[in-house]
Amino acid sequence: MKKKLRICLALLLVIPGLLIVTSCAKRAVKADLAQTQEDEAAKLAAEKASQEEIARQRAIDEENLQEEAARGKIILQEGAARGKIIAARNLFMNENIYFDFDMSNLKPEAQEVLKRKAEWLRNNPGESVIIENHCDERGTNEYNLALGDRRAQSAKNFLIDLGIAESRLTTISYGEERPADPRHHRESWAENRRDQFVIE
Amino acid sequence: MLKKNYTKTIFICLTATLFLLIESAHCQTEYDYIDINNPFIRKVPIAVPIFKPTSGSEGEKFLSQEASNLLSKSLEFTGYFKIIDRNAYLVDPEKSDIIVSNINFKNWTGIGAELLITGGLFLKDNIIEMELRLYDTFKDLLLVGKRYKGVVNNQRKMIHRFCGEVIYKLTGTRGIFYSKIAFVSTSSGNKNIYLCEFDGHNPEQLTYDKSIALSPAWSSDAKWIAYTSYSKGKPDLYIKHLKDKHGAIVAKKGINITPAWVPGKFSLAATLSFSGDPEIYLLTGTGKIIKKLTNNWGIDVSPTFSPDSNKMAFVSSRSGSPQIYIMDLESGQVKRLTFQGRYNTCPSWSPRGDKIAYSGMGNGQINIYTIDVEGKSPALQLTHDSGNNESPTWSPDGSLIAFSSTREGPSRIYVMTAYGTEQRCLLALPGEQINPEWSPGVIDN
Repeated sequence: MKKKLRICLALLLVIPGLLIVTSCAKRAVKADLAQTQEDEAAKLAAEKASQEEIARQRAIDEENLQEEAARGKIILQEGAARGKIIAARNLFMNENIYFDFDMSNLKPEAQEVLKRKAEWLRNNPGESVIIENHCDERGTNEYNLALGDRRAQSAKNFLIDLGIAESRLTTISYGEERPADPRHHRESWAENRRDQFVIE
Repeated sequence: MLKKNYTKTIFICLTATLFLLIESAHCQTEYDYIDINNPFIRKVPIAVPIFKPTSGSEGEKFLSQEASNLLSKSLEFTGYFKIIDRNAYLVDPEKSDIIVSNINFKNWTGIGAELLITGGLFLKDNIIEMELRLYDTFKDLLLVGKRYKGVVNNQRKMIHRFCGEVIYKLTGTRGIFYSKIAFVSTSSGNKNIYLCEFDGHNPEQLTYDKSIALSPAWSSDAKWIAYTSYSKGKPDLYIKHLKDKHGAIVAKKGINITPAWVPGKFSLAATLSFSGDPEIYLLTGTGKIIKKLTNNWGIDVSPTFSPDSNKMAFVSSRSGSPQIYIMDLESGQVKRLTFQGRYNTCPSWSPRGDKIAYSGMGNGQINIYTIDVEGKSPALQLTHDSGNNESPTWSPDGSLIAFSSTREGPSRIYVMTAYGTEQRCLLALPGEQINPEWSPGVIDN
């Protein structure tokens, strides 16, 4: 009987204890839940904030990129424009006009080239040009010097007629002294009878 | 020191020419041994035995050989003589005498020699004395006798002086032996002006530009040379005193080219294009414009004066193609001279006054022609099928023409007689040579 009592007593002790424990546990669980919910909200908020931050940064980046792209575009455009200027200048320098043997008159092709040259000179009012004439090797060097002078002069006069100031145009006759192609045949002769344009 | 010696030698040479007057007194009559106006000239056979070494020393023997060979070569250069091969001689000249009384002229007429030159050479302390005599072998006659004395280095000069005497005796003109030829050569890598003696010897560089120098022209006292140079970037005219190197530059805009001196004057003509058109102007020797000579739209270039300086020939494109015209300088009247071919340039007026040499283009080739200044007879073509032949220039006696030719590939200077015979290369330098210009006869620079 004593044994029964002892169990009962133990039970009496344990049960409320248990009860306390369970209630306590229940209370703890409850508290835990609230805590978790709070954390989650904070987390969400933080996440949201960070996402917003990222978005903001992205937006900034995007903006930057766009700005950069825009700048790049301008640079590209500027580059292209500069390239065009250089190309125009090179064309001016590299495009020769050609003459027939012992002639100093300007052929139609030559006149077209000279019109382009006049346009360039109008667009570049600060530039002056030397018109160099070269003859082919045929004929005698003294006469070729004078012929070269006439040919350079033809181009100069044409440009003056198109409104280019005479003070911007100088002529040098080289006669047959500086052939572009030193070979001795018809093609090289035609190549050598030329006015070259050198920007001073 | 050298200069002193040199002056002294000249003095000695000049005073020495008085000698042998007695011996040559009986030969005062002029002989037309050589008719310089005959185009079909027969070469006069001449014997030039090796000079006699007076003391017989090795030095004398060497110099005798050298001097007599130079004499032969120099006379042969004129185109007037046929030098008789020394192997054909009937006598050993070393054993025979060199003066008239002791020469058996039959030994010389026997081998066809019409003229004979004997010489004696004495050498002492680097000074040589030479006695040189020219004989008419058929008439047993002394024609010229001269004695020269000077340093060994001046042997060439002494021989050439004697050649001058020989030619004067035989033709009545002074010849070419003191003359030089100016030309343009690329030997230095750039076109520069050079000078050489009449026979191509002793070439020397006159300008040292790193650009292009062209068209040298002698003043008639041979003290000045005018030429075109690009040393300041464009064709300017340089007028330079040969000895002092001072002078003037004509550097107007456009071209300043093709100078030609007025005979006997310190004045020259040149083509300038500052007006916008190449015209020929008369300039002072200091480069100031005296007057405009041509006035015609188109090219006027390459003036050359008649020896009396009354007329000027030049190239003009006024008829559409380059042709040679003659201007009477007093009246200003211009007459076209060339009608054959479509490209006639580089006129050069003969010092004898009667002819103009020029370069004419035909069938794609450039050749040298001569034409009488009246234009009455057709032009005479002197070069044929031998590359391009340009820039003819007359020797001061009018007997020879120097010119440039590409007959062997690169352009070189050649010489021929005024009739186109005996064409030969004057000198071989590296690079190309163009624009020869023969000096006047008397030159002592």
